[in-house]
Amino acid sequence: MNGLVTLGADKAPRARQLTVISGKGGTGKTSLVACFAALSRNAVLADCDVDAADLHLVVEPRVIRREAFTGGKRARIKADQCTACGKCEQLCRFGAIGFDGPGNSFLKQTFCVNPIACEGCGVCHWFCPAEAIEFLPAVNGEWFISETRFGPMVHAKLGVAAENSGKLVSMVRSEAMRIAGERGCDFVLVDGSPGIGCPVIASVTGADLVLVVTEPTLSGLHDLERVADLTRHFGIPTMVCINKWDLNAEVSGNIEAMARQRGLHLAGRVRYDRAVTEAQVQRKTTVEYRQDGSAADIRDLWEQIKAKVGSADAEPA
Amino acid sequence: MKIAIASGKGGTGKTTVATNLALAAARSGRRVAYVDCDVEEPNGHLFLKPLITSARAIGRMHPKVDDDKCTHCGLCGEICQYSAIVCVGQKVLVYPELCHACGGCTLVCRPGAITEVLRETGKLEAGMAEAGAAVAIHFVQGVLNIGEAMSTPLIRQVKAEFKGEELRIVDCPPGTSCPVIESVRDAEMVLLVTEPTPFGLNDLTLAVEMVRAMKLPFAVVINRTGIGDRKTQEYCRREGIEIMAEIPDDRRVAEAYSKGLLACEAVPEFRLCMEGLLDRLCGVDGLASRNLPQEAAR
Repeated sequence: MNGLVTLGADKAPRARQLTVISGKGGTGKTSLVACFAALSRNAVLADCDVDAADLHLVVEPRVIRREAFTGGKRARIKADQCTACGKCEQLCRFGAIGFDGPGNSFLKQTFCVNPIACEGCGVCHWFCPAEAIEFLPAVNGEWFISETRFGPMVHAKLGVAAENSGKLVSMVRSEAMRIAGERGCDFVLVDGSPGIGCPVIASVTGADLVLVVTEPTLSGLHDLERVADLTRHFGIPTMVCINKWDLNAEVSGNIEAMARQRGLHLAGRVRYDRAVTEAQVQRKTTVEYRQDGSAADIRDLWEQIKAKVGSADAEPA
Repeated sequence: MKIAIASGKGGTGKTTVATNLALAAARSGRRVAYVDCDVEEPNGHLFLKPLITSARAIGRMHPKVDDDKCTHCGLCGEICQYSAIVCVGQKVLVYPELCHACGGCTLVCRPGAITEVLRETGKLEAGMAEAGAAVAIHFVQGVLNIGEAMSTPLIRQVKAEFKGEELRIVDCPPGTSCPVIESVRDAEMVLLVTEPTPFGLNDLTLAVEMVRAMKLPFAVVINRTGIGDRKTQEYCRREGIEIMAEIPDDRRVAEAYSKGLLACEAVPEFRLCMEGLLDRLCGVDGLASRNLPQEAAR
């Protein structure tokens, strides 16, 4: 009996990972991810929009574990040992060293590292002839494991003006996958960030399926093209959904034509509906707040995505 | 004057405010530059429709190892904090996308086997936008190549253009991390555009933390008032943050935006709103000292 259970656990399929991104900001990623969490009932949530996380506002997590995130190192000049030779300033490529540090027993002024400009390369520390520069791990933020009314959630908060958002995203995702494995969840739902840079790359690489949420505007179309280029670059199967499609039906048609031409799968359309914002104000997901209107569209959308993310043809084209 | 248009949350109307403010300024006869620092997803060009007169590739340095000179001492891998150069046995591997171009590996390499070479990571495009204004708008944007993780070096280059203009409007990427920091860094005024929803307010408070940590003067523009709730206004009042404009939710503005039209042209009330915002930005003396009272109060 015991042996059988173990065998079953070994063969249990890995949770399928869906990453929701948009290129353009504010198209409705987070509202949709919250709805998917409510509809799936068997997912781990991962908020990977680590520098502007909003998912917690709707799913109201209760934090059960809290950890500091150490993403890199920071240089700091010990004023009492600085000889003001200027080597650090000369070598720093980031303009992060200024002659504005406090004085010491020999000097009126010493050099000082601007922590906002510092990229943590350690060159100043390595070459300081007086060995006056410390180079220690810096706390760049915090990450959390929480319980929500829809299941477990992993989320994070990047420190003010901190770096290494990509590293933090990777950590949040791998924690979410670990929890999904432990609890036998079917899905990991990743809420990504806007853009195509470091945190976005970190949130899509290795995902089973990417859903791009766009809106029927020229900006939405333009940004979708770039973000679709990105997922193609990394060979990740990609679906597209148009949120608020009826705000401009013509542009929606153009977006779908473009998506088809590029071999992207169409996941569905969600109509413009004030209920989405109303639900947000009430700290509810749209599908909890309403049954009809956009909520009905979102249910259809989730069925499409669920079929795709769970199926074998969610393979790169 | 350098004005940065930023926001924590994406899609709140940064580009709408930045492009229309540029147009309002040009119409009032000011020499204005529109600088698109959202290099991951630059959209200002869709509205200003500039004539691009110069385009050039922007690159960044990364190490190149001369295998004949390399002694496999491993110091390059040791100094590199980004795993961009790794010494494995008798081989040195370089990962250009991870490189921050700090120059550390080149400096530590005793046999001088490492040189730095340039690799294209994006494009810089500059030109003029007429947009029916009295004075043409200087336009510059950066376009990051697909698959590049780091946008800050490109943003730095974009910001180096049109330094001399009377008014520089810098359209920033969303969020609060490195690309935003680089974009707002030397602004004389940061306008944080938000919307009156729980998400908008949460991200606004993060953006306020950021500009306060950077000690930059800032004010708030609330877009689409009428949707959501009044908590954003209450937050600003409580924190003593100036609200420079409230733009009512208007389907005509959204429609103009969807078609790539400047809302100033399509909606007269919106134009008045932008003119009012411009007056508040430019009409006040001692701009750099604004919002400092809260700094003192903290």
